[in-house]
Amino acid sequence: MLELQHVSAHYGPIQALAEVDLVVRAGEIVTLIGANGAGKSTLMTTLFGTPRASSGRILLEGEDITALPPHRIARRGMALVPEGRRVFAKMSVYENLLLGATPLDGAHVEENLRRVFSLFPVLETRRAQRAGTLSGGEQQMLAIGRALMSEPRLLLLDEPSLGLAPLVIRTIFRTIVALNREHGLTILLVEQNARQALKIAHRGYVLQNGRIVLEGSGAALLADPQVRAAYLDAAS
Amino acid sequence: MGYALQQLINGLTLGATYGLIAIGYTMVYGIIGMINFAHGEIYMIGAFLSVLTYVLCTALGLGPTPLVLLAMLFVSIAFTALYGWAVERIAYRPLRGAPRLAPLISAIGMSIFLQNYVQLTQGARIKSVPPLWQGSLSLWSADDFPVTIGWTQLTVVVVTLIVMTGFAWMITRTAFGRQQRACEQDPKMAALLGIDVDRTISLTFIIGAALAAVAGMMAVLQYGVIDFTIGFIAGIKAFTAAVLGGIGSIPGAMLGGLLIGLVEAFWSAYLSPEYKDVATFSILVLVLLFRPTGLLGKPDVEKV
Repeated sequence: MLELQHVSAHYGPIQALAEVDLVVRAGEIVTLIGANGAGKSTLMTTLFGTPRASSGRILLEGEDITALPPHRIARRGMALVPEGRRVFAKMSVYENLLLGATPLDGAHVEENLRRVFSLFPVLETRRAQRAGTLSGGEQQMLAIGRALMSEPRLLLLDEPSLGLAPLVIRTIFRTIVALNREHGLTILLVEQNARQALKIAHRGYVLQNGRIVLEGSGAALLADPQVRAAYLDAAS
Repeated sequence: MGYALQQLINGLTLGATYGLIAIGYTMVYGIIGMINFAHGEIYMIGAFLSVLTYVLCTALGLGPTPLVLLAMLFVSIAFTALYGWAVERIAYRPLRGAPRLAPLISAIGMSIFLQNYVQLTQGARIKSVPPLWQGSLSLWSADDFPVTIGWTQLTVVVVTLIVMTGFAWMITRTAFGRQQRACEQDPKMAALLGIDVDRTISLTFIIGAALAAVAGMMAVLQYGVIDFTIGFIAGIKAFTAAVLGGIGSIPGAMLGGLLIGLVEAFWSAYLSPEYKDVATFSILVLVLLFRPTGLLGKPDVEKV
C-alpha cells in the first residue's frame, strides 16, 4: 500500500527525517511511536509533499508520489487527519465534511455522509454548528469524518488522542479499530500514547531523531525492554 | 428632507462602486494576506475596456442600445479578469513565501506599470462617452426640493445588487466558494484535502478583477469621462471601505463601500465638496487608530 524508501526530509538546514524505510501493507494498522520532536508528524506531512522529501522515494500503491504536489497526492486515496485536528473553525460541521469530499469532486457525498454520521452520530446533531464551537473530542471526530469523506484506502492519523479525555480517547481508538477490522481500511497511526497504539497495531516502528531505530509486531514492541523503558513506563 | 433624501440616493450609487472594488481588496487580503495595491488600476482598466468596446460598437454603426451596454459589460469583465489573473501570476506568485514587504513593493510597482501602460497605449487625455441615456425618475416632489433618481443611477444600483447577490451566493453556497473560504482559513489543510490552492488564488484574483470591471463600467455610465489616473483615488477609497468594513470580511467590504459613499455624498452636500476626500481618509485614520479590525472584522485569535 505505502512504501518509504530511504526518505530524508529537511526544514531548511535542519534534518527532520534520515533515511526512513517504512512499509504499510494493505489491511494493516501500523503505528509510529517516538518522543516529541522525533519526526513523527514530519513523516506524515512529508507523505503529502510538505516538506518535500529531500531524498528517497515514496510509493503509494506502487506509484511514485514523491514529486507530486499535495493536492494531487490527496486525490490518490490517502487522507490525513492532522495533528491538532485543523478543522475549519468558521465553517459548519456539514461544510467541513463536504470539503473532505473534494478529492471525489462531489461523488457519493450523500452515501459517505451517512457512513460518517452512523460512525459519529454526534456530528449529525451538530451538523449546522460551527466547527470551532465543538468540543475537542467532537472536533477530532469531525477531522476523522472529514478524511473519510474522500473514501480513502489509506488513512493517516496524527496524534488523534492528543488533549482528549480518557473516555473520548477510548471511543476514538474503538473507532480506529472498527474502521480497520470492519471496513478494511489501512491505517498509519502516529501516537504519543504508545501503549494504546501498540495494543491495536499489527506492527509498529520506533522513530528517534528522525531515524527508525526499531520495528516489529505490536505485541513484540510492547514487550521490548527498550520500548518499555523509553515510551511505556513513563507514560503510565 | 428632500435634499437629504437626494443625497442618500447619490451616496448609495457612489457606494455601490466602492463596494464592488472593495470586495477585490478584501478577498485577496483574506486569501494571501497582502493588499493588492494594483487593484485600483484594474478598475481603471475595466473602465477603459468598456469605453473601447463602446467606441468599437459605434464604429460598427451600433447605437447605445441595451445590447451594446451588455457587450460593454461582458467584454470589460472578460479582459479585466485576464489582467487580474496576469497580475497575480507575474507580480505575486513568484513572491509567495517571501517577506511581506516584497509583494507590497511588487504591488506598487505593478500599479505604476499599469498606469503608464494605459497612458502610453491610450494617451493621457480624458476619454469621454456621451451620456448613454438620459432622463430620470421623479420619486418625490411634495417638498420644494424634488427627489430624482437618474436612469443611469438606477442601473448602477440594480446591476450592483444583482452582481453582489450572485457573488454572495457563489461564496456561501457553491463548492468553489467553500474551497475559497477553506484556503483563507488554512491553506495547508485545504491542500491536504485535495484543493488546488494556487488555482483558487488565481480564481480569487479573476473574480476580484471581474467585480472591479463592473465598477469601472458603472463609473463610465455615471460620469462619462475617464483617464488613466482614476484608479488611484477610487482604489484608495475602496481600500478605505474594505478597512472600515473589516479587511478580510466580504460583507464588511460591501457595507464599508456603502458607508464611504454616503459619507462622501453627505459631506459634499452639507459641508464642502472640496474636502470630501479629507473626510474619507480621516475615516481611514480613525478606523486604524480605534478599531483596526473594522466594523465586521474579527480579531485574529485562533492563530495556532
